[in-house]
Amino acid sequence: MTSLSLKGLGVEIGDTRVCHDLTLQVNGGQVWSVLGRNGVGKSTLLKTLAGLRPAMSGRIDLDEQPLSGLPRRDRARRLGILFQDSETLFPATVLETVLTGRHPWVSALQGESHEDVMIARQALRQVGLESLSERSMATLSGGERRRVDLATLIVQEPRILLLDEPSNHLDLHYQVAVLGELIEGWRSTNGAVIMVMHDVNLALRFSDHLILLQGEGQVEWGRARELATELRLSRLYGHRMQRVATSDGEWFYPA
Amino acid sequence: MSGSRLRQLVLLFLLVVIAFLLALSVGSISIDWSGVVEGLQGLPGSVDYTVVMQLRLPRAINAFVVGAMLALAGALMQVLLRNPLADPYVLGVSGGAAVAALFAILLGWQQGWISLAAAVGALLSMALVFSLSRGRGDWSTTRLLLTGVVLAAGWGAVVSFILAISPDAHVRGMLFWLMGDINESFPGWLRIGVLVAALVAACGFARSLNLLSLGELRAESLGVNTGALRIGLFFLAGLLTASAVTIAGAIGFIGLVVPHIVRLWGGSDHRLVLPASVLLGGTLLVVAETLARTVMAPSQLPVGVITAFIGVPVFLYLLRSGSSVGRS
Repeated sequence: MTSLSLKGLGVEIGDTRVCHDLTLQVNGGQVWSVLGRNGVGKSTLLKTLAGLRPAMSGRIDLDEQPLSGLPRRDRARRLGILFQDSETLFPATVLETVLTGRHPWVSALQGESHEDVMIARQALRQVGLESLSERSMATLSGGERRRVDLATLIVQEPRILLLDEPSNHLDLHYQVAVLGELIEGWRSTNGAVIMVMHDVNLALRFSDHLILLQGEGQVEWGRARELATELRLSRLYGHRMQRVATSDGEWFYPA
Repeated sequence: MSGSRLRQLVLLFLLVVIAFLLALSVGSISIDWSGVVEGLQGLPGSVDYTVVMQLRLPRAINAFVVGAMLALAGALMQVLLRNPLADPYVLGVSGGAAVAALFAILLGWQQGWISLAAAVGALLSMALVFSLSRGRGDWSTTRLLLTGVVLAAGWGAVVSFILAISPDAHVRGMLFWLMGDINESFPGWLRIGVLVAALVAACGFARSLNLLSLGELRAESLGVNTGALRIGLFFLAGLLTASAVTIAGAIGFIGLVVPHIVRLWGGSDHRLVLPASVLLGGTLLVVAETLARTVMAPSQLPVGVITAFIGVPVFLYLLRSGSSVGRS
């Protein structure tokens, strides 16, 4: 059973306290969104959950084993992260870039197999980029690069997805369709998704749980339906938020 | 290994063979290619044998080994420092070697001791950069690059100082050393061993290098031990540079330009870039060395001048004719 549990977790960056004594468990089949103002430490929290930066206190268990004690390759097979932006030092082709996601599954000596290439092509179809597979990364737009990064994460096949602002650079259609399909795919196969979101409505559309980073270590978390109130969100963003109910559900907008 | 990668490497290997045949046949005594082959198998004592086996072949092998080492070190350094402008000398390794070598020349030491001094200087400089840039535990790329660049500038000042105070008799030898000159000492098996071992090790983590060029955190998140990889890269590149410097002084451009030429030609997968850089770097220096002793014969040019004469236009041409380096 897939699970990521935080036990008394304390995270700090510089002088900013992100969270303090945070205890919660994310289980397979759940989708969590992390919301909060700029600079409150959302990305830092996500990197800590990915095991890429040490926590100040407490511990993180992945599938009931301490995350920090897991071999890197093992961790990479179970947990994958989408970063806010991507770098390209020496631009490879789109297909080569997506294939890097197979790294934790490919044996050190053999290199990618035909099957790995098929998996990569399938992922490129899923994000609508199959026609660009031989293009250089240097020639892609921001949104296309974002979709390549998503495809790279798909071929990594981790059970837990950590997404840092996954909707960045994406057109509305891709936000709802590609991202929605990806998240739904993970939820329906008992994987778990934890994502940092800027768009409250997109977060509520996709997720069943929320983590609200209020700043100075104050954290609220719980079921999205219970946590998403005008009062809480107004305090979270320091701006009055209003709710409107439509036939498609309820939406929040800044007043 | 994929078929296209193998084809590309075979093509480069043919280039190596052609360069060697050229290097063995051209010179003050011109030997045709059948003479070269006879010389290679021939009886000791014939003129062809002496010229080919005792003069030209050792020089050509030395040139190949140096060029290969510098190109490989350059390719590794560019990933380590996440900077396409990095070359093997950027961390001050050659500066340290130069200061030690010039001191040795100033003291009137023999060739072998000068090389040894250069090796010690290179290793000391590497150790200095490594320990200074590690500082308080963190080891950022910027810190490493800045430490190296500043130290290199410091070594440069010491070199100028030594040149200024040295008697004229030594200065010409010193300048040749600084411009890069391949001496005729027979290629040591040790150096060839270093090159082969380094290439094998580097190819072993070539796929991790592909990931590292996508970002350190990203590589880490995909299961690469980036801390260990970077220390490995640092020492491998340093060892290669130090070995090259002891054979040939500081030869510019090969380490910077060859990896880029390979990337422009064959893409940026390091499983191709690393072995191809070795083959192309070696070839380029064999050709440059041949030209250096023939263009203005009987006087000999420093080989570093020739590498720049070839490397700069080739690189600029490739960069202009549709490339991906330098665009983002």
